[in-house]
Amino acid sequence: MKEIAVRVGGQAGDGIASIGESVSRSFTRMGLNVFGLNAYQSVIRGGHVWFAVRAAERPLHSQGDHADILYALDHQTVEVHAPILREHGTIIYDPEKFTLTPGDVPAGLQLMGVPTLEIARKYTSQSVLQNAAGIGATAFLAGIPLDVVQNVLADSFGKKAGEIVQWNVGASADGYKFAEQQGFTHPRALSARGAPKLLMTGNQGIALGAAAAGCKFLVQYPMTPATSIMHWLAAHSHALGIVVKQSEDELASINMAVGASYAGVRTMTASSGGGFALMTEGLGMAGMTEVPVVVVDAARAGPSTGLPTKTEQGDLNLVMGAGQGEFPRAVLAPADPVEAYRLTIAAFDLAERYQTPVIELTDFHLAEAMEGIDRSAFDFNVPIPSPYTVEPNGHDYRRYEDTESGVSPRALPGQPGLNHITLSDEHDEWGGDISDIRVGIPQSIAIREKMMEKRMRKLKGLARDAPPPFFEGPTDAPLTFVAWGSTVGAVRDAMEILEEKGKATNLLRFPTLYPLEPDRVRSMFDRTRKTLLVEGNYSGQFAKLLRAEMGIEFPHQFLKYDGEPFYPHQILERAEEVL
Amino acid sequence: MAESAAAPIVSPAGPQFPIIGKSHVKPTWCPGCGDFGVVASVEMALKRLKIPSKDVVIVSGIGCSSNLPHFLSSYGFHGIHGRAIPLAEGIRWGNHTLTVIATGGDGDGFGIGVGHLIHAMRRNVKLTYVTMDNQIYGLTTGQASPTSTMGAKTKSTPFGVIEAPLDPIALALASGATYVARGFSGDVKHLADLVAGAIQHKGFGFVDVFSPCVTYNKINTFDFFRQRLYKLESSGHDPKDIVAAWQRSLEWGDKIPIGLFYAVDKPTYEDLEEVLAAGPLVNQPSGLKGRESLLDEFV
Repeated sequence: MKEIAVRVGGQAGDGIASIGESVSRSFTRMGLNVFGLNAYQSVIRGGHVWFAVRAAERPLHSQGDHADILYALDHQTVEVHAPILREHGTIIYDPEKFTLTPGDVPAGLQLMGVPTLEIARKYTSQSVLQNAAGIGATAFLAGIPLDVVQNVLADSFGKKAGEIVQWNVGASADGYKFAEQQGFTHPRALSARGAPKLLMTGNQGIALGAAAAGCKFLVQYPMTPATSIMHWLAAHSHALGIVVKQSEDELASINMAVGASYAGVRTMTASSGGGFALMTEGLGMAGMTEVPVVVVDAARAGPSTGLPTKTEQGDLNLVMGAGQGEFPRAVLAPADPVEAYRLTIAAFDLAERYQTPVIELTDFHLAEAMEGIDRSAFDFNVPIPSPYTVEPNGHDYRRYEDTESGVSPRALPGQPGLNHITLSDEHDEWGGDISDIRVGIPQSIAIREKMMEKRMRKLKGLARDAPPPFFEGPTDAPLTFVAWGSTVGAVRDAMEILEEKGKATNLLRFPTLYPLEPDRVRSMFDRTRKTLLVEGNYSGQFAKLLRAEMGIEFPHQFLKYDGEPFYPHQILERAEEVL
Repeated sequence: MAESAAAPIVSPAGPQFPIIGKSHVKPTWCPGCGDFGVVASVEMALKRLKIPSKDVVIVSGIGCSSNLPHFLSSYGFHGIHGRAIPLAEGIRWGNHTLTVIATGGDGDGFGIGVGHLIHAMRRNVKLTYVTMDNQIYGLTTGQASPTSTMGAKTKSTPFGVIEAPLDPIALALASGATYVARGFSGDVKHLADLVAGAIQHKGFGFVDVFSPCVTYNKINTFDFFRQRLYKLESSGHDPKDIVAAWQRSLEWGDKIPIGLFYAVDKPTYEDLEEVLAAGPLVNQPSGLKGRESLLDEFV
């Protein structure tokens, strides 16, 4: 199962992400599957950054454990990454920038000094053009045809770029030909295999899913790693007719979102844990006033500012507990960009149907990692019912009518004869405030109980309608992984390696973390023999949730909180211990 | 544009819809509270402008004055403390055919929620914001507010307030508000004129109202204001002159001005948001049906 892994590293500001994306896109245009991971620091210039790209004909679900080609823009990159180069590993570097001898690197590696700066000077005094030469040499070694990489570079500058495009096309050809003349290629080099694939991040999947689900209002305050959701929708806002609002803070975000949704518009807001924490009171208001809203928490490693450019699954307790008091909510957790697209659509559907907040919990790794995807994975035929569901001039209209499902008829402002008050205080079925002068008297005590029960009844429907847990892999296996969110990717890759070693495992996945149907989940665990829970946090937050909700115990847990995504070999090692 | 969502049930052209009136809920304020005058002026202004009650949304946060939406017959959203403004902005952007009036107190608007107020003013969102400024926290039984007078003894400042009060008028001018007025709940007709002007104004209409708390503020009483207030309209003030507006905003002491300090025509946020030119967002088509070419950028 042939695959090639390319890694490029240097200092922040060197253009590492652009190089990585160009290499990733070259592979997807060859019709290959790709996983690309951009690893960076919380500065704009300086600090070691790198980009890992993995390409293969078979599906890839993580950044993998190895590298075959290392394009090093500085010596630190060699020090940090040379140890993960496997057999036939080749280091591309520019001898003008730093010297490298075979004695400096692990035995068996090949060195390819490419005069990237010299090539760049042929065209311009802007040294950043060296990257095009380096990309050209990398492309040759990896089996990327020259015209593919040249087109990717040209497209990345857009139509208006002019001579910059010519320089990049020329320098990449020079780098490519220089590498060709060295007389060797990489034995893992791949070749084109079919129709181009799409290259997409989890955040792009969410943005696309929101647009497909009829989102017309996105409000967001910039916070890594959620920000690129806003970037994509802002760039397309005029074409798609979506109002994108950058708010003054996340308190405004959630309140603006609730306001627009109250007016009948499908709305979303997104942030990371810090911004989500600021939204908690507004989230509860959405629950109490029964206004639909979709909120994305793209978690990073906390607590507090934590590791702003690193990943963690540490926000599950936050999103479960956010808001004073009790109100119904659902928490969905996609594993990859396609699922991010689909679960965002599901989130809008559930929020609208149940008139309550739905939280999409992702993390840095999913938000920013790139995957190659078949076009056919996206179906834009999403039913979007009219927001007008109540006939005007309703007789005895009750906004908060007590119903079996807990869902009440929702009139929109502007509709005649349905005027009512929407309120964050406890209220009766008509929206009458019981908190001021009626609270505590027997009749109001009964109303309070009834209204709490009405709202909380929505959880039953949410648990029934939210995407249920399911198995991946063989139906029966000696070991079942239990995972959610982006961690699923590395588990899938680890399962593949285990299978090659003749060890069958399967995976029990939870696209919905809450609410779940306990009987259904318990029956699924009844079909497992031994489980290994894999979760990216310190305390096993999902394990605790499953234990609290349905008494399921996890004697074997692999918990990680180092800020890095899971690597397949780490999961493999833990699985072999448990087996 | 993608295929439209199902047509709305509501036809914009219908019979005459009732204009606003009192709701069946009786105000819960203390007898003599200044807020009675404010709700009366809002009702009077909306009646004069003949805006159907179905098209009015009165938004509030938390505090005595934030109960106001309950007492009128329009749509209302009684939200959470300090967040009436962003809630109202969201409603406007969701459906900018609605007349949205945010109401609340000085704690709600100038304390916990002041950040939102500044940004809403510089955005020039078409909203009316009426603050019932009683210079005290009333619902929490009498603590200092951002507009409390220096030296005022309250439950939270038993030895007197040692912070300078915030000046809402100067704050509004500095924040780029395009309609800045101050009224007095003891003069309902004058206040109704200011509120009606704010509702008609193309942009953010701010009306700060001296609305005495008869229970907890023994300094800024109806008498305190009656002795000091004078009207800008009858003193030769030109509301187009921002420098004059600044000067008037600094007046405090024996003579305190009420009336329209400043008004200017500027494009609203909704005017400049191109997406809203296609009509109220709630009635616009949505989704990506037929837009598969959008995926090309990911190749």
